[in-house]
Amino acid sequence: MDYRSLGLKVGIEIHQQLSTGKLFCDCPCDFSDDHHKEIVRRLRPTQSELGEIDRAALEESERKMHFRYQTVPFSCLVEADEEPPHDANKRAIEASLEMSSLMGMKAVDEVHFMRKIVIDGSNTGGFQRTALISTGGSIMVGDRKIGISTLCLEEDAARKIVERGSEVTYRLDRLGIPLIEIATDPDMATPEEAKYVAERIGALLRATKKVRRGIGTIREDLNISVSGGARVEIKGAQELRLIPVYVEEEAKRQIALLDVKRILRERGAKSSSLDIKDISPLFRVTKCKVLKGALEEKGRILAIRLRKFAGTLGPSENGVNRLGPELASHARVAGVKGLFHSDELPGYGVTMTEVEDTQSALEAEPEDAFVMVADAVEKAMAALARIVDRANAAIEGVPEETRDPLPDGHTVYSRPLPGKDRMYPETDVKPILVNEAVLESIKLNLPELPEEKVSRFVKEFGISKEQADSLVKSGYEDEFELLAGGFGSAQVVARIYLNTFPELEKAGVNPSSLSLDVMKDILTNLKAGAFAKEAIPDILTSVLQNGHSVERATETLGVEKVDLDSVRAVCDRLVREKEKFIRDRGEESLGPIMGLVMKELRGKVDGKVISEILRERIKQLLT
Amino acid sequence: MKYSGLVGEMLDRANAQLGDVIEVRRGNEVHVGILMPHHDFSSESIVTLKLPNGYNMGIRLDEKSKVKVESRREPKERKKQVLPHDPAKKDIAVISTGGTIASYVDYRTGAVHPAISAEELVFSVPELLDLANVRAKVLYSILSENMKVTHWQGLARAVAEELNSGAVGVIVPHGTDTMGFTSAALAFMLRNLTGPVICVGAQRSSDRPSSDAIMNLLAATRLCVDSDLGEVVVLMHGESSDSYTLAHRGTKVRKMHASRRDAFRSINSEPIAKIEGPQIEFISEHTGRSKGPVELKDKIDGRASMLHFYPGFEADHFDLIANHVKGVVIAGTGLGHVSEEILGSVTRAVDKGVHVYVTTQCLYGAVNLNVYSTGRDMVTAGAIPLGDMLPETAYVKLMWAMGQTDDPEEVRKLMLTNIAGEFTTRRFV
Repeated sequence: MDYRSLGLKVGIEIHQQLSTGKLFCDCPCDFSDDHHKEIVRRLRPTQSELGEIDRAALEESERKMHFRYQTVPFSCLVEADEEPPHDANKRAIEASLEMSSLMGMKAVDEVHFMRKIVIDGSNTGGFQRTALISTGGSIMVGDRKIGISTLCLEEDAARKIVERGSEVTYRLDRLGIPLIEIATDPDMATPEEAKYVAERIGALLRATKKVRRGIGTIREDLNISVSGGARVEIKGAQELRLIPVYVEEEAKRQIALLDVKRILRERGAKSSSLDIKDISPLFRVTKCKVLKGALEEKGRILAIRLRKFAGTLGPSENGVNRLGPELASHARVAGVKGLFHSDELPGYGVTMTEVEDTQSALEAEPEDAFVMVADAVEKAMAALARIVDRANAAIEGVPEETRDPLPDGHTVYSRPLPGKDRMYPETDVKPILVNEAVLESIKLNLPELPEEKVSRFVKEFGISKEQADSLVKSGYEDEFELLAGGFGSAQVVARIYLNTFPELEKAGVNPSSLSLDVMKDILTNLKAGAFAKEAIPDILTSVLQNGHSVERATETLGVEKVDLDSVRAVCDRLVREKEKFIRDRGEESLGPIMGLVMKELRGKVDGKVISEILRERIKQLLT
Repeated sequence: MKYSGLVGEMLDRANAQLGDVIEVRRGNEVHVGILMPHHDFSSESIVTLKLPNGYNMGIRLDEKSKVKVESRREPKERKKQVLPHDPAKKDIAVISTGGTIASYVDYRTGAVHPAISAEELVFSVPELLDLANVRAKVLYSILSENMKVTHWQGLARAVAEELNSGAVGVIVPHGTDTMGFTSAALAFMLRNLTGPVICVGAQRSSDRPSSDAIMNLLAATRLCVDSDLGEVVVLMHGESSDSYTLAHRGTKVRKMHASRRDAFRSINSEPIAKIEGPQIEFISEHTGRSKGPVELKDKIDGRASMLHFYPGFEADHFDLIANHVKGVVIAGTGLGHVSEEILGSVTRAVDKGVHVYVTTQCLYGAVNLNVYSTGRDMVTAGAIPLGDMLPETAYVKLMWAMGQTDDPEEVRKLMLTNIAGEFTTRRFV
């Protein structure tokens, strides 16, 4: 795709947890599997600027949620909203100023914390504390200058454990961990650029050595639009490698929706009204399992006509989704499992006759589409109401909205873009003066920049520039430095992080949960000759999948190193067995035979050793 | 909240008012935003602006900086609201005195201000109107630490007037710091109650979605409408969760935590009632509603003091205070003791006609001056033990008793009579 001509615009908001201790109390930034005392609370909408409470919002909140907060052994009264906040964590402020300085931003003269109203229960107080630290910086990515508009310091929300009916359970361990929030200008014009920017900012953050590491410690929000489209926010992406996929898929989605808009405009489509028909009788003897099941559960099949929408619901010729999935995700918000639309019927056991009967019941013309939902009447009606609204919005084009990222690179509708945040001063926290002395000392003590680290790695550890660069981008640079520094074998360590880890990820095991201690065990055992480096991927897989220790995994896998005599014996046997093949191919037979030997001795012997012995044996046979 | 020094002068010269949109120039930096109030702990050279993105930032001004007003604050339109009256519902009265529960945040400037009108207070909890007709009145707008004995008198009069004119109960929104003093004062001043008088506070201000004010106010309303209670109580959260509230006897309650929602505790007694949703459960004996009318005994003599004894308390200090008051309540150590040195002061005070009463700073348990020689010496010196009465309650009661009579013997009789549940004789294990 030619993203520049499509007018693709991407901005990123990065949230990075700090390891400095919590922002407004003296609790550690740790997670806990234990919890003891629980507190149950409700949150209530507060008065508006005019001193009034929105009665509708109030009823909504009453009908709805209460929140169960699990405290952990180190929770304190501040986290439980039972004590005023302490002074803002000085180290967290310094980390944000340091990061501002690394991106050439201008810090405010005095930091003022605000309360941002959030009543989904993720914060015990009903607001999140946040402060603007600096504005107006930039970073270079390749030869592109990307503007950094703001850097804020805020507190992380409580960790959501489960949602059941009208109760949401949160754990207080994550609440109050400082988060640096960095917002870029919408300067990225390709999916790859978005990834590079995220990588660069991530590397700068890690360079400060004041950030938490591991899954969930850094989260990205992506703001994406194409020209003629609309700003769509993908909230909470955690995997760097998926960023370009999200951007690309979103661009495709918006283009497809713009195409739908064009078609609808050409046909002169007007907003459809919510004219719901109960078509259950038409399906009394249906073969469609879904519809039959719904009727058996005392549900009804309700349908609406979408005038002039025929052909805009199913996927396009080249397989890009159009309105169907959009309507379905809105229907799911209303609590139904899904819908059927005319572009996918007949199908799913629905016959042509049933489709025609439905069309005539709805008085649908050939250019019209229809959507049906089978569920309890109230739910089905609510779903259809949302479907009609969403369909009507398609005539206007791409709606602004917030979407949730899925692990396969797609996204799904979650809610409309939030309105402007309601913020007012957090008067319980003292303002923090940022004077020249503070800034000067931060500037004098800036950390090693990622590119400086790359050069140093090349010089100190003898790895290639590409390897060093990838390490710094991967986020494993600290682990690499520690292990390569402590055990030598920099190449082995680099390969583990740069090759083995991505392979494990592809195979569906998550290497990022491996502790540094496991890696140390691996290298200690490798050095002691317990196994060959070829065994490392299998051992790591076993550690991850079975929870084994490195020793146990080595035993179970049977990858203990074998002595050279056994290696020679295997080589001799295979050379004998494949004598004809070797004679036909000559020295070129080394590769295939090598593969056979490796298969038998998998991970037990260094490949180099095998290849030397085998080469010698083949030569002997041929001469 | 006001700017001073250079910043104050520059803002004055530009005629900039809080809430105006102003432009600040310093060198080549330009910032535009709403002028916010000065935070007490903000540096003197800093002006605080609310930026269009909602954030506040502090900007340092120097001699060369320039300030100008871009646009004036738009005057806020306040709709005049009228409290509805439903003949099918009972009337309750809300007499506000101030404090966290009755304060509001101006979201535009962040300034906290007390409720201006009773209507404003009631409409912040519109659910109240589902339960009762509300007669609302803002009597005071003060922080509870600024309460004086004259405020208690004014409040007692207002409460009596409401009950005697048909309200089935009175809710008194109050700052929590001294709410226990006020509830004790009302308990002594108001007799023959025709309905509950409920002091209600909040530990989290009502600008927060997590405020405890609403639940406390609703429970108080229910207690007014749906119970036969005829006593002065303090009603607050029973635990940290928003699960239930407790009504504590006005003379037996004390704020026992600086910040928690469940800060208020009944001391040496059980709470009177537990209110959970619409459910009211009476936990201990209580006085029911009288047929009326409510009797007002609001005379009070403020010339008393409460002295907390500690190691190193000097006799000079005791004497100095005793010379300026008519009565002293001592919060003694343990069973109610003071040092030998203070024993001398007690003797001197009693000789001058000063009432000296003894309570325990342990709060839990009762004074007993028979066990140790110090105690016996105190009694000999003329100090009178007050059982398990809370020091604060004893202090309030002494002033009230001195207001009722000038006769020391009558004062003594009043002090030792259980008037509003201030004594319990049995403390359960």
